[in-house]
Amino acid sequence: MQQFLESFLPAGPLVVFVFSIIPLMIILVYALFAIWLERKVAGHMQDRLGPMRTGWHGWAQTIADLLKMIQKEDIVPAKADRFLFKLAPFIAFAASYGAFVAIPLSSGYIGSMIDVGVFYIVAITSLLSVSIIMAGWASNNKWSLLGAMRTAAQTVSYEVPTVVTILSVIIVTGTLNLMEVTEMQTGNAFLGFLPSWLIFHSPFMVIAFGLFFIATLAEAHRVPFDLPESESELVGGYQTEYSGMRWGLFMLTEYADMLLLSLVGVTLFFGGWNSPFGSFMEGPLWGAFWMLLKGMILVFVMMWLRWTLPRLRVDQLMNLCWKYLIPLSFVNLVLIALWEMIF
Amino acid sequence: MTDVKEKGPEVTLTLPADTGNGLKTQEMIINMGPQHPSTHGVLRMELTLNGEIVTKAIPHIGYLHRCFEKHSEAMNDYAKVIPYVDRMDYVAAMNNELGYAIAMERLMDIRVNDRVEYIRVIMAELQRVASHLLAIGTFGLDIGAFTPFLYCFIEREKILDIFEKASGARLLYNYIWIGGLMNDVPADFKSDTAAFVKSFRPKIKELNDLLSMNRIFIDRTANIGVLPEKVAINYGVSGPSLRGSGVKWDLRRDDPYSIYDRFEFDVIVGKGEMGTLGDCWDRYIVRVWEMEESLKIIEQALDSMPDDGDVQEAIPKKIRPPAGEIYCRTETPRGELGYYIISDKSTSPYRIKARAPSFVNLSVLPAISIGAMVADMVAIIGSIDIVLGEVDR
Repeated sequence: MQQFLESFLPAGPLVVFVFSIIPLMIILVYALFAIWLERKVAGHMQDRLGPMRTGWHGWAQTIADLLKMIQKEDIVPAKADRFLFKLAPFIAFAASYGAFVAIPLSSGYIGSMIDVGVFYIVAITSLLSVSIIMAGWASNNKWSLLGAMRTAAQTVSYEVPTVVTILSVIIVTGTLNLMEVTEMQTGNAFLGFLPSWLIFHSPFMVIAFGLFFIATLAEAHRVPFDLPESESELVGGYQTEYSGMRWGLFMLTEYADMLLLSLVGVTLFFGGWNSPFGSFMEGPLWGAFWMLLKGMILVFVMMWLRWTLPRLRVDQLMNLCWKYLIPLSFVNLVLIALWEMIF
Repeated sequence: MTDVKEKGPEVTLTLPADTGNGLKTQEMIINMGPQHPSTHGVLRMELTLNGEIVTKAIPHIGYLHRCFEKHSEAMNDYAKVIPYVDRMDYVAAMNNELGYAIAMERLMDIRVNDRVEYIRVIMAELQRVASHLLAIGTFGLDIGAFTPFLYCFIEREKILDIFEKASGARLLYNYIWIGGLMNDVPADFKSDTAAFVKSFRPKIKELNDLLSMNRIFIDRTANIGVLPEKVAINYGVSGPSLRGSGVKWDLRRDDPYSIYDRFEFDVIVGKGEMGTLGDCWDRYIVRVWEMEESLKIIEQALDSMPDDGDVQEAIPKKIRPPAGEIYCRTETPRGELGYYIISDKSTSPYRIKARAPSFVNLSVLPAISIGAMVADMVAIIGSIDIVLGEVDR
């Protein structure tokens, strides 16, 4: 990719800039699409139409909302900690944008070939909880604070099963570099027709994916784990005092996080940019297509769950994590390790 | 957990307590409402929290006070009170009107004909279904399930369509008048209602599959906000909230008014299937099955409803009831709605007082919410199903 850019751009900062802005473009376009999709999914699940007025089936609704948000007054509560209050949304977005660097979007594009890719992603997404605590604390609002405290507990707890399930994948792959993980999954090895994705590697990988998906739902603060911003209890959680574009950035972060965690899931379990049909429809551009398509399918499942399920209570959330997910993921880790030893 | 004798506590915070690791903890007072998504209107709860555990909960009311009583007494017309009673419990206006009309008719010793009685009962039961649908839907919304809310609203819309055809209004009908009805029902009323009953039955099952039996929903509502039978009776709780605690008390059966003694129906009570008797889930499920019973009543009423009869009794334009007083209670979707009316033979009541079920039911809230979490508070408020218009009047 970098060589391709250098073929028509002068080498140096400009190439790096264009190179690094690609994920941002993808996130922005995806967010426009995903927010629209969320509304349409919600609408159709609830026997209504969703946005219909702005363009064909309301495709421009998100753009209209964006324009509205940009025009809004930038309100900072009088007794808020102004600096932290203004900083928090940017850190939140930087955390999820920064994580895209280690995701191989196609065989021809990865932001940086770091050898500890997964580790880096896990580490940098933890910044999100810092920014949420920042937002909750700086707002000087009790509801925000409650939301932020819940987030701290939730994110710290659910990182454990996430990391343990990722670890069980790493046992199989033997590398933390996501590009290498994806390359390992090329071809149709299993039973002749199944793609050699890691999810088909052993039955325990299916369990690992289930655990991973539940944990990422909690990491991305989606229903049934959307306690930090549970609007029917905490008004808006840590977002209560935010309005206009700062709130919009939190929204963007939420959707970017959904995509990020879905893409990590896709890379670890569903072959990343590999085509499901062997060598059919392969290549760097098709790779990006498959990657994003698979990611969007997982994002759609998240939306589907959101409009179906109620919300857990904070203590039940902790119970689920510490009593079920973490022991299960450790048992699964041992079983996968045994499977690797035997076969 | 439930201390019945406790008086409304004055809020005093505990002093900061040392936790032993150099940090100090203190209770926090937080205002839940009046601008809060789940207080079902403008209820303000003053919560004292220990972390997320509620140690004290004090409801503050009055944000929707509209001087119903004083207005009615100055209206100079008994008939003009009806739009006001509509606005008390604005999601069950028909039941409010029915209660007022019956109270006035007893005071004036008027008997309405059978057609009117049947239409009234059908309207009241349809309204009960509509009101319970709203209660169930918003309760799901409080727990975080958005979709069942809209499914409930689709069904409620169908009921409102029937009301609209009959009265012209969708929320505040002014339909049941003293001595009859505003006007006769349209010709297709019977078929519309029968079609609704037929189409609605399977939806109850769908609702149960989607929400009532959802594991997360049960976890969130079972064993939460337990209202023991004795406490419920002591506080004067009525309606589904009382029956959720296992008390078989329904004015339609125990003190029949209108023609309710002609119908076969069960009084649904909570059984504590999912947890403790009288928890939020019990109060919720009572409403679900009460809709089924209301459908039974509607079906029986449709079968035996006479096709002719004047819907307006000959009563004078200006009503001057004989001097005296009356207390008349009816079962609304929220409980026991009583009207106390004193007449001094003039054209407006000398004194009118409504015993609003929501107001009485709300009073039990501080007793059952101690020890709950903030998220449970939302469930408890939702399960008691208050309408602030009726609490404040």
